[in-house]
Amino acid sequence: MIVGVAIKMLFIVLVIMGLFLPLITWVERKQAAVMQDRIGANRADLLGVTAMGLLHPAADVVKLLSKEDMVPSGANRFIHQIAPMVALVPAIITLAVIPFGGVYQFGDATVSLVVADIDWGMLYILAVGSLATYGAVMAGWASNNNWGLLGSIRASAQMISYEVTMGLSIVGLFMCYGTLRLTEMAVAQDSTFRVFGFLEHIFGLSGPWFAWLDWITLPAWGIFLQPLGFILFLTCIMAENKRPPFDAPEGESELVAGYHMEYSAMRFGLFYTAEFLEVPVIGAIVATLFLGGWSIPWLSTADIVGAVGGAFGQGFASGLCMILHVGSFLLKVVLMIWFQMALRWTLPRFRYDQVMDLCWKMILPISIANIFITGALVLWLDG
Amino acid sequence: MMDGALFFYIFAALAVAGALGMVLNFRNAVAGALSLVGTMVSLGAIYVLLDAYLIGVLQVLVYAGAIVVLFLFVVMLLNLRRESFSAERQRAVKLAAAGLGVLVLLAFLSLLPGAFREAAALPEGFGGYRQVGMALFTDWLLAFEATSLLLLAAMVGAVILAKRDIE
Amino acid sequence: MLAEFIGVLLILGLALVVAGLMALAPKLLGPRREFAEKQEPFECGERQIVSPHQRFSVKFYLVAMLFVLFDLEAVFFYPWGALFRELGWFGFAAMGVFTVPLVVGLLYEWRKGALEW
Repeated sequence: MIVGVAIKMLFIVLVIMGLFLPLITWVERKQAAVMQDRIGANRADLLGVTAMGLLHPAADVVKLLSKEDMVPSGANRFIHQIAPMVALVPAIITLAVIPFGGVYQFGDATVSLVVADIDWGMLYILAVGSLATYGAVMAGWASNNNWGLLGSIRASAQMISYEVTMGLSIVGLFMCYGTLRLTEMAVAQDSTFRVFGFLEHIFGLSGPWFAWLDWITLPAWGIFLQPLGFILFLTCIMAENKRPPFDAPEGESELVAGYHMEYSAMRFGLFYTAEFLEVPVIGAIVATLFLGGWSIPWLSTADIVGAVGGAFGQGFASGLCMILHVGSFLLKVVLMIWFQMALRWTLPRFRYDQVMDLCWKMILPISIANIFITGALVLWLDG
Repeated sequence: MMDGALFFYIFAALAVAGALGMVLNFRNAVAGALSLVGTMVSLGAIYVLLDAYLIGVLQVLVYAGAIVVLFLFVVMLLNLRRESFSAERQRAVKLAAAGLGVLVLLAFLSLLPGAFREAAALPEGFGGYRQVGMALFTDWLLAFEATSLLLLAAMVGAVILAKRDIE
Repeated sequence: MLAEFIGVLLILGLALVVAGLMALAPKLLGPRREFAEKQEPFECGERQIVSPHQRFSVKFYLVAMLFVLFDLEAVFFYPWGALFRELGWFGFAAMGVFTVPLVVGLLYEWRKGALEW
């Protein structure tokens, strides 16, 4: 039991932290170069081999490890030491509740591809996210630096503001799925719905003339059930994690570097890791909530098992499903990473007052309205 | 059940350590407030160990994630020093704190005799969001609606307190 | 009972070990040459002119206060959203009554300029 959990944990942590994380630091540079029509990231070489800049992540690690770790005078040493750890730990432990595959039957054994299948998984993500604020607060306050403190005050005010709207923007999704458990949400998205089903339901339009409408289906993904919720949630989760274009707390033109100003060597590396780790973690959360999690569009688990289960046996069908589903999930995460990187190099940074106005004056009223509109629609269509 | 008790002692020790850290850090209120975060998270874990899952996660979400942030902001933003209060006021606050402490201690002692007894068996799904939510939105509906008036009063109060400085 | 939380505890342990090792590594590997000028907090080449420990704008306090209030509101929405179909129109009306005072509060703040930056 515990071994199985440990294997699943190592798999997801190694894929996200060991594979995606170094690649993202490379993609960030390389995509910037491509989008700005530069050659970019090709200086790190090993015996003349640059491998398109793929050696840069390794060079980063070597450099961060060999630099001096400094604590500024007048700093609160203890809090200054632990702040980077407080920033990184929440980003890692969020991965525990993300289902990267469904539930598979191999003979008598049941394999469920999630580290911790908690009944209130979404609340766990929100609670862990609310603790991430303290990393920024502690770092800025303990550094005894004006820029650091300004950055941390800005960061915390922004993070707490978007935390509220982040929660409210997905209430509509809870209403559609009727659950807070992430594995159940993913299963609910492993199907399709008829786009024009409501015509028949409300106007009684049925019969041969309208039969062709039944062929027009969409996957029952959050993005199609809650398109407004998707935009709101994506905005909020990126702002909550201070990702560009919402990175006013570390706007170098105003604050030099923000709350991690007085950090050097690998303890700066911890902030750096936390920040880049948030990119795939955001991708995984958005993929699970809105992009069907591990599901494959128009090809449900039952379809796959029905097609190959008879000829090759149940075990083979389960294995095939598992591989396809994990691949589908990781592909969606990669898609979200690409999207975040494209945004990062397309949009200029918002001003701080714009960030706060967007939260309190736009997203908060719209997400409350979204909840009640969704509610009325759900009850109406349920009849 | 052995492992449950073990985790209880671990989190209880962390909660007490965090509380002591807050009280003993009287020279540095920010460090004290940060230490309170540890207490709140540990309390959340203890609630989860008691099968009160929703309360446990809300403890972390609301107390550790929201209320302590408010404490921190007030402490950090005001940067009050001991000198900003008159001697009488300091004495009054100390007296009030001591009185409250005695009251809490008495309340705790009065609960103590009934504390050591066998735990009752819990119904299926106890403490999850379904059971708590169903009870909240049917049996305790009036209290739930009244909460929103309380929140409105708090909002108005916050604006009035800060109004002088906004203008 | 604890079965579903084993994963959380394991990943918490792993995260603490990873973060701890990363924080410890530069102490063992990096150089260490301290002197007073270098340890000074960065202030764009100047000595620190004002102490960072000063009063901040009341805006931030107000935002924290509003955050606590709206967070409490949001907390009621989560179980309500998941139970929505069971509660039906009754739950819809109950949450409508709950939300009206909060929307009034939000409009009040908006009008009073508490949301301006």
